[in-house]
Amino acid sequence: METHLRSLRLFGQNLQAFFSQLKKHPSAWLGGIVILLYVAMAIIAPLLAPHSPIGTDLQLRLIPPFWQDGGTWSHFFGTDVLGMDLLSRIIYGARISLLIGFLAVGISVLIGVVLGMLAGYFRGFFDEIISRFAELLMAFPFLIFAIGIMAVLGPGFGNLLLALTFKGWVEFFRLVRGEMMVEKTKEYVEAATALGVSHLRIIISEILPNVVHSILVLGTLRLGYMIIMEASLSFLGLGIQPPTPAWGSMISAGRDYMMTAWWISTIPGIALLILVLSINLFGEGLRDVSDPRLKRG
Amino acid sequence: MRAVKIVERVLATIPIMIGVAILVFLFMRFTPGDPVDLMMGKDGNVSAQEVATLRAQFNLDEPIYVQLFDYLHKASQGDLGLSFKKNRPVIELVKEALPATVELSLVAVVISLFIAIPIGVYSAVKQNSLIDRASMGISFLGVSMPAFWLGIVLILIFSVKLGISPAQGRIDYGVGLDKVTGFYLLDSILTGNFQAFKSTLSHLLLPAITLGATLAAIVTRVVRSSMLEVLRQDYIVMARAKGMSEFKVVVKHALRNALIPTVTVVGLEIGVLLGGNMIVETVFGWPGLGRIAVEAIFNRDYPLVQGVVMFYAIVFVMANLIVDILYTYINPKISI
Repeated sequence: METHLRSLRLFGQNLQAFFSQLKKHPSAWLGGIVILLYVAMAIIAPLLAPHSPIGTDLQLRLIPPFWQDGGTWSHFFGTDVLGMDLLSRIIYGARISLLIGFLAVGISVLIGVVLGMLAGYFRGFFDEIISRFAELLMAFPFLIFAIGIMAVLGPGFGNLLLALTFKGWVEFFRLVRGEMMVEKTKEYVEAATALGVSHLRIIISEILPNVVHSILVLGTLRLGYMIIMEASLSFLGLGIQPPTPAWGSMISAGRDYMMTAWWISTIPGIALLILVLSINLFGEGLRDVSDPRLKRG
Repeated sequence: MRAVKIVERVLATIPIMIGVAILVFLFMRFTPGDPVDLMMGKDGNVSAQEVATLRAQFNLDEPIYVQLFDYLHKASQGDLGLSFKKNRPVIELVKEALPATVELSLVAVVISLFIAIPIGVYSAVKQNSLIDRASMGISFLGVSMPAFWLGIVLILIFSVKLGISPAQGRIDYGVGLDKVTGFYLLDSILTGNFQAFKSTLSHLLLPAITLGATLAAIVTRVVRSSMLEVLRQDYIVMARAKGMSEFKVVVKHALRNALIPTVTVVGLEIGVLLGGNMIVETVFGWPGLGRIAVEAIFNRDYPLVQGVVMFYAIVFVMANLIVDILYTYINPKISI
């Protein structure tokens, strides 16, 4: 019990020190605040959205944003070809992007960290098998692999998640396995082993708190990437299907109307860009704090 | 010694290639629906006899491991099967589409390096200047921007609003071009066809910029940070102290070393470039590998999807191999 409390305290102290150092990075803070705003927007979407995100009205089709001739305040960013309100769809679209992003990264972290810890700590046959499989998955470019899986499984939320995590865990596995191998040779682990502490306890209570920074940094940087992947797959028609509001499919739907209705593709793309930009700013800040040697410039 | 290492590295890719082929095969075999049903279409009026003949023809009546060995054997000879929809060998379709994809990718890489390296070097030399800050900001934007959206915005600005660049295809309709290599730019130069060259170039620019934007952004950042590191080294101080011109110091001494990490990054980004191809080709109606793959997915033409995915993976493995080998030449201290 005491060891658990101690390791929890260690986790807490590490993270606290980490975030207090982050205060020195204004851009990272800005990124963090924007991410929180997007998360809040996704959670309270029904309260924020002025219209139904899937309500069609052909009489209201292709209304431009409010600042253009013919635009109205009641459809702030205009409407699409089916008369669906773009602002409402963008607000609800944040749900898909963030949910897929967080779940894909979360599951990848879970699988990658568990396998990486076991492989890096125990080595041997298990490590050999998992490492070879990871190497095999590395031979595929991410998007092409995900497209291949979606081609086989068909579109949908669950399949999308599977396509993104099937290869997504590999980077976390490699990171944790590598760090595990380094940490294992350090004196504090040797001391714990000599004291007869169990392997599981050494891994979870002693080593894990020391690698949590790196996982956090990689996880944040992968979050933006996963969100772009989801949008790319939805853009190709392989991810989330209309009328469910997802930014990628919204951008795709506007392509045929670029001559007359530029806003359908452009505005959801800006929403996506701002989110990914903020996540990357936050992630870079985290990276600078966790490893000052990597600080660029 | 270096030759031995290179041979070792080349040999190490063989099991990976075989693994890739097995993984792709197994995935496609677990596809819902029987391949013969897919070939016939749902409403195909076919007798049981015909189905049995087809199953035998495609070895589908054999156990899975026999099918796998048969597939691997054929794949090693360049036979990737027949496309269900087009009823032509997959390898033929890949070969037809390949020059378009390679041409687009090469131009994208060239454009991005031509933009990124000078900007990266300049940013490092004039660290914290306005240009440095602006280029870092733009490159950060480039890293975060989804390629398909950038493509659409470029079409909107340069094709729809300004009307100065075509949005779809490789060459204008009605412009004749004798195909020699399949690379339109090269073919138009070889045949002295200036009109075709102009048309091809104008079609290439927007998709190549779209495809190369992320790479340019990443390379700018890498060149800048590695130049900053190199410029602080003693030998640079020494070169300056000897009165060498700043241009010579930067280009001749610093840049050469700063390019080592750049090669690694370009190598790592090849995967992103290959994936980006599928997206960019779809946005710009570019008749390359990526587009036939996406079309094949919607046609449920699995042999074609399987062939293209495997082809992409093999190109990726080969590209990484080449980067590793190239690396030993740029920096002989590093062994692969």
